[in-house]
Amino acid sequence: MYKLDVIGLGCPHPCIEVKKEIDAGHLPLQVSVSVGAPRENVTRMAKSSGLNVCEKPGTEEGVYILELTKA
Amino acid sequence: MILIVIVGLVVGAVAILLTALGNPANMGFCIACFLRDIAGGLGLHGAGVVQYLRPEIIGLGLGAMILALARGEFKVRGGANPLRRFVLGFLMMIGALAFLGCPLRMVLRLAAGDLNALIGLFGFIAGILVGIVALKSGFNPGRSVPQPKATGYVYPVILVGLLAALLLKPDFIRFSESGPGSMAAPILVALAAGLVVGALAQRSRLCMAGGIRDTFLIKDPHLLWGFVGIFVAALVGNLILSNFSLSFTGQPIAHTQHLWNFLGMAVVGIGAVLAGGCPLRQLILSGEGDTDAVLTVIGMVAGAAFAHNFGLAASAAGLGTNGRVAVVVSLVILGIIGFGHRLGGKASVKS
Repeated sequence: MYKLDVIGLGCPHPCIEVKKEIDAGHLPLQVSVSVGAPRENVTRMAKSSGLNVCEKPGTEEGVYILELTKA
Repeated sequence: MILIVIVGLVVGAVAILLTALGNPANMGFCIACFLRDIAGGLGLHGAGVVQYLRPEIIGLGLGAMILALARGEFKVRGGANPLRRFVLGFLMMIGALAFLGCPLRMVLRLAAGDLNALIGLFGFIAGILVGIVALKSGFNPGRSVPQPKATGYVYPVILVGLLAALLLKPDFIRFSESGPGSMAAPILVALAAGLVVGALAQRSRLCMAGGIRDTFLIKDPHLLWGFVGIFVAALVGNLILSNFSLSFTGQPIAHTQHLWNFLGMAVVGIGAVLAGGCPLRQLILSGEGDTDAVLTVIGMVAGAAFAHNFGLAASAAGLGTNGRVAVVVSLVILGIIGFGHRLGGKASVKS
């Protein structure tokens, strides 16, 4: 499993970084992402790229772990 | 997608309502104009016709804060190059006052048939495209880190202070007696409109720059639907109220200098992409505990004060020499912020 940390990045950088990994074929990918817009945007982009997204709360407050896998 | 369309429609409808109840023409909401009015109300500039503590701004921040708290999204953070965010806010205001409106007012002006806003839209899109090139070239956005919770309440406390000043009217707070600053919807209506739109914008992440940016950058038109929703609702409202007039000339609080309408909004477009959101979005992020966004807002207020103290803002007659120089200088500074990393050799993407 590949890992990527986009915590604390503002729009649209979380999506840019995740897209780079997806385009490079780095799947499955585990993304650590901040709550709010980044969490929603990365999830939406991954789903529109045809990936499955499994979400769980991170250990830190306000952080979520998204697991992106091929459908 | 349905949510963002509904939010757009509500924002457009509320904007028309506020105008009908007394706000200046095509200015149901204008983040740049309202922050400029607040700067005037606080005596930070001396332009007597644009001084008023706009309750919409207070409501937008508090509405976003209340919903963010309710949804567990009030996260106090900051430190992603805050000085740069201040400068970007400052420059966005210079650009917006050259055009006479933020991106939100640009859409409202378009919906009233103001073709100068179409020129502004072209400039805004051009600016966003330049911003995207900067992002792709390795612009380092910086990372925010968690900050003490109390820090996140500084902005809401400022807003409550403004509300108190608006209601109590102490001597040192200025209120325009003529001009756009004297035209306002009733305080409670404007405050309620701000609260509702603030909450909706927090929930939907509405951003006037984000829709165009994401459509080009990651082929995701999601946020663009908010933009469309505002336009449609405002257009229908204007047609019903017979406020629609398709022309360049004779438009309220607008000028017809195409080059400066284009370049003014180009400044806002670049600034919004590099700052991670349009002026409206900065207000919402500020309410959610993003202290870098608060500095962007303070930068906008400072920019407005400078603009009116040094004759940089446009009027219906157009943009004067000082303002033209300011717009060109803003573009140069944005170029340095956006592409400066290329001067020093290799780009660094992550902090």
